[in-house]
Amino acid sequence: MIQGTATSFVYLITIVGFILALKGLSSPKHARRGNLIGAAGMILAVAWTFSLSNVHVSARNLALIVVAMVIGIVIGAPAARTVKMTAMPQMVAIFNGVGGGAAALVSITEFIALPHSGIALYKIGEVLFGVVVGAVSFAGSGVAFAKLQELMSGRPVTYPGQQVLNATLGIVILGLVGAVVGTASTPLLVVVLVLSLVLGVVFVLPVGGADTPVLISLLNAFTGLAVAASGFTLNSYLLIVAGTLVGASGTLLTRMMSDAMGRSLPNILFSAFGSVITAGTAEGVEGRSVRTGTPEDIGVLLAYARKVAIVPGYGLAVAQAQHTARELADALAERGVEVYYAIHPVAGRMPGHMNVLLAEANVPYDQLDEMDEANREMPTTDVALVVGANDTVNPAANNTPGSPIYGMPIVHADEAQNIIFLKRSMRPGFAGIDNELLYDPKTTMLFGDAKDSLTKLVAAVKAA
Amino acid sequence: MIVASSGPGLVDLLTVFVLAAFVGYEVISKVPSILHTPLMSGSNAIHGIILVGSMIVLGEAHGAAQLVLGFLAVVLATLNVVGGFVVTDRMLEMFKSRQTPRPTREPDDPKTGGTP
Repeated sequence: MIQGTATSFVYLITIVGFILALKGLSSPKHARRGNLIGAAGMILAVAWTFSLSNVHVSARNLALIVVAMVIGIVIGAPAARTVKMTAMPQMVAIFNGVGGGAAALVSITEFIALPHSGIALYKIGEVLFGVVVGAVSFAGSGVAFAKLQELMSGRPVTYPGQQVLNATLGIVILGLVGAVVGTASTPLLVVVLVLSLVLGVVFVLPVGGADTPVLISLLNAFTGLAVAASGFTLNSYLLIVAGTLVGASGTLLTRMMSDAMGRSLPNILFSAFGSVITAGTAEGVEGRSVRTGTPEDIGVLLAYARKVAIVPGYGLAVAQAQHTARELADALAERGVEVYYAIHPVAGRMPGHMNVLLAEANVPYDQLDEMDEANREMPTTDVALVVGANDTVNPAANNTPGSPIYGMPIVHADEAQNIIFLKRSMRPGFAGIDNELLYDPKTTMLFGDAKDSLTKLVAAVKAA
Repeated sequence: MIVASSGPGLVDLLTVFVLAAFVGYEVISKVPSILHTPLMSGSNAIHGIILVGSMIVLGEAHGAAQLVLGFLAVVLATLNVVGGFVVTDRMLEMFKSRQTPRPTREPDDPKTGGTP
């Protein structure tokens, strides 16, 4: 796309806006402003693009652009505005996937428009890169969405020879890419597209539900690269820079997220978390009894404690129990009990999930302890109240080398004097492995919906 | 439409690509874990810039295949932009209360103060 100086300048402003957006988003103070700067840059670029001669080739095409954008806004805006906080991760997956799909479609359309003779080979290479990576991101994000939305099991899907088959598929695609570059054949490109979609699906299948946020971050980086590839095809600095910014920062972010879980990226992508040998933890669990308590007993225990740690997890989010958790903390504080929240960085289904939920319930910031801080306090804590968390307090991460979560940093709830688990059932957590801590003699279970249980505890504490 | 002879050459584009990769890597060097998800979501919105590419492709489209594909591209890219920024903003909205930490308890609060 050939553009005038004015256009280049406007797009440069947008590029600066995007860089400032990313910078802002990495600090808590400026995050929201950063996002708004990014949005402003986007609006500027899109509005300016309407003035370009490229979109005024025919009135019909211009009308189609407007109609398509209206459709996108009418579907996207309400969905994004009304989605529950608990469903945010899958929403991000979907919006990432459609971006990858759009990048693939742009590349395909340009391919059809290319003059099919005398064209530089690298032009076709750029198109193919955009198609393959965009399609993998699109299909992969779709599967990630299905896993998080529980349209399919969050468990890793494995079958014999999986890695070999996936690698073969990758090689076949590479071979076909070579063939398309040589022949510029559109039917072959369609085959590449279809196989890339299949690759996206099989790439994501073996990744366990608990690792899905890391995976979405990786696919986000992929989409960025696909967009950059479209930028090469269209000769657009704007698309190249914006796509590459996302590709590079997304790759780094993916690594930071997997570090926060104490796991390496290859481990997450290929180890089929949750299906590997759980023999170490599962043995002898069958038929073992757990201790359950009444809300009244537990209320008394909490009311007469000196220090209580609330350890929130996904169950708290599902039950929308953050406000009730705060009520309980207030009721305890009223009696002079010291209360703090022990926040595991990846509790819930996305990093920072718990901070967001508790902030919504106006929990004072100074009560939210990051994991390391909380773990220092844990030995002097009288009661650790685990609300809908499981894997993030599972001691198997420390002491069972065979366990799939071995090596993951955990909240050391097991070091508190007493442990209370509020859980719906004995079902294992998202990682699909059993938790020894449930059978610990120091542990008392209170089964039920987290919100109901907390409401009962608030009443019990007030009555105690 | 691509005119290979005019416009920036491959090396120009590659130069910009490489520089942008370094900027992207450096600009988010230190991110606290609580911001991982909003940052992911925010950068997700930024690659919605493919909307600009989609608009141009559809604007220049000839024939049914290009029109249909371009149309779909604009719909999907718009979804990416709108959804991405709105979802990120909603996530970050939740953080605003942390700027003003409230005291853990208010002894004179009439609602809870009377509990025996």
